[in-house]
Order: sequence, then C-alpha cells, then structure tokens
Amino acid sequence: QNGGYRTLSLSGHVGFGSLPDQLVKKSIKQGFCFNILCIGETGSGKSALINSLFNTNFDDHESTHFLPSVQLRAQTYQLQESNVLLKLTVVNTVGFGDQINREDSYQPIVDYIDAQFEAYLQEELKIKRSLCSYHDTRIDVCLYFVLPTGHSLKTLDLLTMKCLDSKVNIIPIIGKADGISKSELHNFKNKIMSELVGNGVHIYQFPTDDETVSEVNTLMNRHLPFAVVGSTKEVKIGNKTVRARQYPWGIVQVENENHCDFIKLRNMLICTNMEDLREQTHVRHYELYRRRKLEEMGFRDTGPQNKPVSLQEAYEAKRHEMYLQLQGEEEEMRQQFVQRVKEKEAILKEAEQQVQTDFEHHMLMHQEMKTKLDRKKKVLEDEIAVFIEKKANAELLKSKLFASTPVVSLKREEDRK
Amino acid sequence: AGPAESKNEGAMSEMVPEPRQKPVVPMKPTGINANLLGYIGIDTIIEQMRKKTMKTGFDFNIMVVGQSGLGKSTLVNTLFKSQVSRKTSGWNREEKIPKTVEIKAIGHVIEEGGVKMKLTVIDTPGFGDQINNENCWEPIEKYINEQYEKFLKEEVNIARKKRIPDTRVHCCLYFISPTGHSLRPLDLEFMKHLSKVVNIIPVIAKADTMTLEEKTEFKQRVRKELEVNGIEFYPQKEFDEDLEDKTENDKIRQESMPFAVVGSDKEYQVNGKRVLGRKTPWGIIEVENLSHCEFALLRDFVIRTHLQDLKEVTHNIHYETYRAKRLNDNGGLPPMTVETEENHESNL
Repeated sequence: QNGGYRTLSLSGHVGFGSLPDQLVKKSIKQGFCFNILCIGETGSGKSALINSLFNTNFDDHESTHFLPSVQLRAQTYQLQESNVLLKLTVVNTVGFGDQINREDSYQPIVDYIDAQFEAYLQEELKIKRSLCSYHDTRIDVCLYFVLPTGHSLKTLDLLTMKCLDSKVNIIPIIGKADGISKSELHNFKNKIMSELVGNGVHIYQFPTDDETVSEVNTLMNRHLPFAVVGSTKEVKIGNKTVRARQYPWGIVQVENENHCDFIKLRNMLICTNMEDLREQTHVRHYELYRRRKLEEMGFRDTGPQNKPVSLQEAYEAKRHEMYLQLQGEEEEMRQQFVQRVKEKEAILKEAEQQVQTDFEHHMLMHQEMKTKLDRKKKVLEDEIAVFIEKKANAELLKSKLFASTPVVSLKREEDRK
Repeated sequence: AGPAESKNEGAMSEMVPEPRQKPVVPMKPTGINANLLGYIGIDTIIEQMRKKTMKTGFDFNIMVVGQSGLGKSTLVNTLFKSQVSRKTSGWNREEKIPKTVEIKAIGHVIEEGGVKMKLTVIDTPGFGDQINNENCWEPIEKYINEQYEKFLKEEVNIARKKRIPDTRVHCCLYFISPTGHSLRPLDLEFMKHLSKVVNIIPVIAKADTMTLEEKTEFKQRVRKELEVNGIEFYPQKEFDEDLEDKTENDKIRQESMPFAVVGSDKEYQVNGKRVLGRKTPWGIIEVENLSHCEFALLRDFVIRTHLQDLKEVTHNIHYETYRAKRLNDNGGLPPMTVETEENHESNL
C-alpha cells in the first residue's frame, strides 16, 4: 500500500505536520487562477449569473443577436477575499445559436479550448520554461446554459455538449429559471438528465471519494442541472437588501434556496469543488489533449519493436529527421539557385553576342555608307572640276569675243570725245 | 431554513435566509476592476487545497554527505525521531568503510498530524574516507543527476502517470568536521561542484567539542570561506522571492548557518523532563536545548519552515536547469538507460 516502504512510528514530535500550511502559504503568494466558460444563447442569462456568483458587476454590455458567427470574448478580473488572490477569467460565447445556419456554432468554442491547452503544452515543451509564473488560461469549468423551454434539449445543445465533454468539465444550467414552475422544473430536469445519459454525454460529477464532502456532493449531483436566476439589481425586503427580480406577482430572490438553485451552484462551484475542477482540467482533460496531440505528431511511447521509447528519443529522432529534411531542402534550393544563375548567365551571354553582332553589322553599314558617300563626293568633285573648266573656257571665249567687236568700243570712244 | 411561503406581494412575512457565515478575517473588497459586494467563498480554496495535499501525501528525499564518524546517521534519526537511517542505533565498529563512495537510499513512511510523508534518506558511505579522495563527489553528482533524468523521462512520456514519483534529492546535508580551523579542500571542492545541482545545507557536526566562542569564530570563518569561493548554499540569495523571504533568509544565512549540531537518540532525565542528549562526565548535552547546540534551529529550518521550499527550489530551479541542459544537448539520442547502481534497501 505504501509502495513497499515500511511505516515507522515517531518517538516524538518532528514537525512536518505543518507541511500543508507551508504549501498553502506558497500558493497564496502565487495566487490562484480560475477560468469559466459560459455557453448559451444570447439572452439565456449568462452575464447576470456571473455577476451574481461573484457578487459584483463586471462591466459587460448587452450583445446583439446579429453576429455572423460565434465569437468568444474573454475578460480577466482580479478578485481578493481575505488573503486569497484570484485571477478569474470569464469567457463568454457571443452569438451562440443566433445564426440561421448553426452548423459551425460549436467549432469556435472547441478551437478556443484547444488553443488554451496548446498554449500550455507549448510552454511545457519549451527548453527554458517558467511554468510557475505561467498564466494558466485553460478552462476549468464550462457552464452550459439551457433555456427553460420545459421540453427536451435542443439538438444544438446535445451536439455541442457531446463535442466538449472530453475537453472540459461541463455543468449544465437552466438559466432564467423564474419562468418555470416547480413541477415543470422537476420534469424538465429529469428529461434533460435522461437525454444526456441517453446520448452518452459526460457531464462533470462532483467527486464523492472524500468523506467530508461526499455526502453533500452526492446530493448535489442529483440536483443537476441547476436552475438559476441571476440578478444584478437589489431589492429591499423587510430590513434586508437582497439580489432579486421584482415582478408584479412577487419577488424572486436569487439567494433563496426555495426560489432557485443559485446557492447550490455557488457552493458547489466555488466553496466545495473549485480545486477539484482545476485538478480534473489539468490531470484529465489536458493530459488527454496532450496525448492526442503528441500521437498526432507521430510520437509513440513504444518503438518499432515494441520496445519502450522515450519521448525524448523520439523527439530527437524526429528533430534529426527534420534536420536532414531541412538540409535536403537547403541543398535543393542551392542547386536551384546555381541552375538559375547558369541560365541567367547563358541568357546574358547570348545577349552579349547579339550586341556584338549588331555592332559589327552597324560597323559594316557605316563603312558602306562611308564608301558610298566618298564615291558621291568624288563624283561631285569631278563635276565641280568639269564645271570650273567649263567656266574657264567660257570666260576665255568671252574675252576673245570682246577683242573682236570694236563697235562697242568706238561707241565708247565717241562718247568720250 | 424553511421559509413559509407567502402569497402577499410584499412578501414581508417570508423569511429571508440568513446571508453566508462571514469569515473570521474580514474581507477586503479590493480588486483591480471588480468590487466584491458580499462574501463569496473564494478563500475556501485554501481548505480545499490543504485537504487535497493531505490526501496525496508528500515525498521528501534527504541526502547526508560527510566523512564517516561525523554522526550523520544519528543526526538524521534525531531529526525525524525514528530509525530512518540505515545504521541501527549504537556505534557499530564492525561497519566496514567501503573502498569507493557508495550511495545507499532507504525509504520509510512516517505520519504526523494526518500528514503522510514518504521519507528517503540517502547515505554516502565512503565519501572522504579514502587516501586519495579525488573526484569522490562524482558518484554523488551522478546519482543526483540520475534522479533528475528519471523524472524527466517520466515527464516526457505520452501517457503520463497522474503523480510522477519524486526521487530527486531535495536537500543535501554536508557535514563539516569541527576542526575549529577552516574548511578542508575536500569540503570546498564538494560544495563548489554540488551547490549548482542540489540544495546544500552545511552543518558543523559533533559541535560538542567547541566552546561558544570557538563555535562563533569557526562559523564566521566558514561563512567567509564559502563566500570567497563563490559557494551558494541553501537558501540561495538569488531565489529569495520577496522582501519577506529575503529578510528571513538573510538572518539565517548571515547568522545561524552553518548550524552547529549534536545528535543523539538516547534520552536522559534533566530537571524532571526526559530529553535527548549525550551524557559526559562534565554534564549532559541536551540536543534540543538552544543554548547547548543548534539542532533545534536546524530541525525547524529544514522541517517546520522550509521543507516545502526545499522541494520547490529543487523542482523549479535545479530540475529545470538539468532539463534545459539536457534538451539543449544537440545531436544524438540520449545514452541507453543503464539501471542505476544505487541499492534500494526498503527494509521489506
């Protein structure tokens, strides 16, 4: 029972009974994280319930019905009670169930939950990691709000819960339970539970292994799903001010156990089982995600001859594989590069040759033209020479004619006389 | 409370249930962007956590290192008020000093105040006893790293155990011989090497051979030597988390440590009370008397205040350092796992 270790009795007071206190002291210093996911159609009472649960008015505005797809809105708050610091993150599904085609309604939710697991896994796999200061955003509990129709669960609800039951602790809630009578409520609850069981949906069961809480937990398990009313308004009744909703026919008090299961929910969620919810998330849901993810990536705990292989070895083998692959790709790229360079060089060479040819061609042309022009020039020069000769001859002729025509000169002489 | 249901609109006759029992410590409605308007019960998580840890129990592994004859086994037995060490009571002359350093781990389960502790005492017979003690810390360093390796292998499995068995050494008590002069080269070498992989708490053994003045002087000298040699013993300065820690630990580091202790498992009658002590011709040395020796300080330090912290520093710092180095070592698969040679005597 003690793993083969013998039990010894102490002969005096040693003092390690303070160990839980030492542990608690350290935990208080670090603070606690708690993450709640609220799924439910717009107007099913999610925000009102969260406000009532934590007795505060978290700033949140009403959502519209006309969002094109489901969005997840997360907000983190720091709460303190005595010396306990709680980092509370509330994730709301906005627009859930509003679309006409709701086939993809649950996918963003699944993706969100997986993303938180993935972030934690990444941190855990890092070489230099800081898990003790890591802000844990993994969802610890999912409050699934069902509208108090009085009939059966909607298909969307069943489908969504079935998708999520292996990823998160689900607590089904009947929201806005002030619109349903006690007997209707009783039937409705039974109907819901039998449908969940019939469809194989595993909702969170409050743990019954610890004697101090098993009794109350077993009782509470039978009250599921909790029918709640939330309110951020306070109403004065007698000399007390309580959270309530005021109707013409009466006042529905949130914290009155006869009116709704709010107190039960708060006790179960916070005062009794908060630590168990966190533990289940870490030890069960996260481990399942991790195992699936690693197996997906090809890691196994046993090697090809069914000999146990450590993840470490597999990881390093895979890394070696990737390294070789990377080298191969690098080599390929290098060869491609060399090839391209060669091609480019060839193109350039061709172009160079082309230019050379053109140049020679032009030179030739130029030479031809020059020769042609020289010839023309010669021709013209010859013509000029001929013309000059002709001109000289003409002038000679003219002077000769001048000498043999005295009439013209006598006239001149007469004039002179 | 069962309220009588009234059909009146004002519901004045209806009993409004009493609000939740307020805690003894008044709640401060502080918060960064949320104001709490009434008691919720967040602080009950402390109780939930305490219950959970008591159910799972604790592991604690303590190693004792020092030359033979310094009273290691007796001290550990005195610390845990039971025969947790491998040596039975009494001075065993027939015990052979081994030719090399051996690592012997013995585990027991002890319970106190509803808290179950699986305590493993790791003895290192042969340390410092040879003629040539070169590298005699190596088997010890190897053992410590093997425990880190074991934990890492488990942690890295795909299908992991819910609770990985923790065999890592949380605390190493190093026994300094009460020469009154200074630390020996072997002491310095051991602590230099091992203070980087495990929490070392130096302890001056058999302190009943020193007077008060000699004790104070010796302690001062030892502290100085450790500082000069850059040896960071537990609690290490760099791991003080906040001012509160620092103030508390500074006092311990600069005044109390190393603890000068005397161990005994025999009881004597002193002033009408039965106390653990050593009987000498000149008087009875009371182990748990603070004016006689600092055993009570050591016990309170290791067990009553810093036990959890010893484990956390081992897990968050020493183990992480080992893991990071291990994962960083490039190329090749890890060496084939050879079954560790330590002898597990479980007193079955």
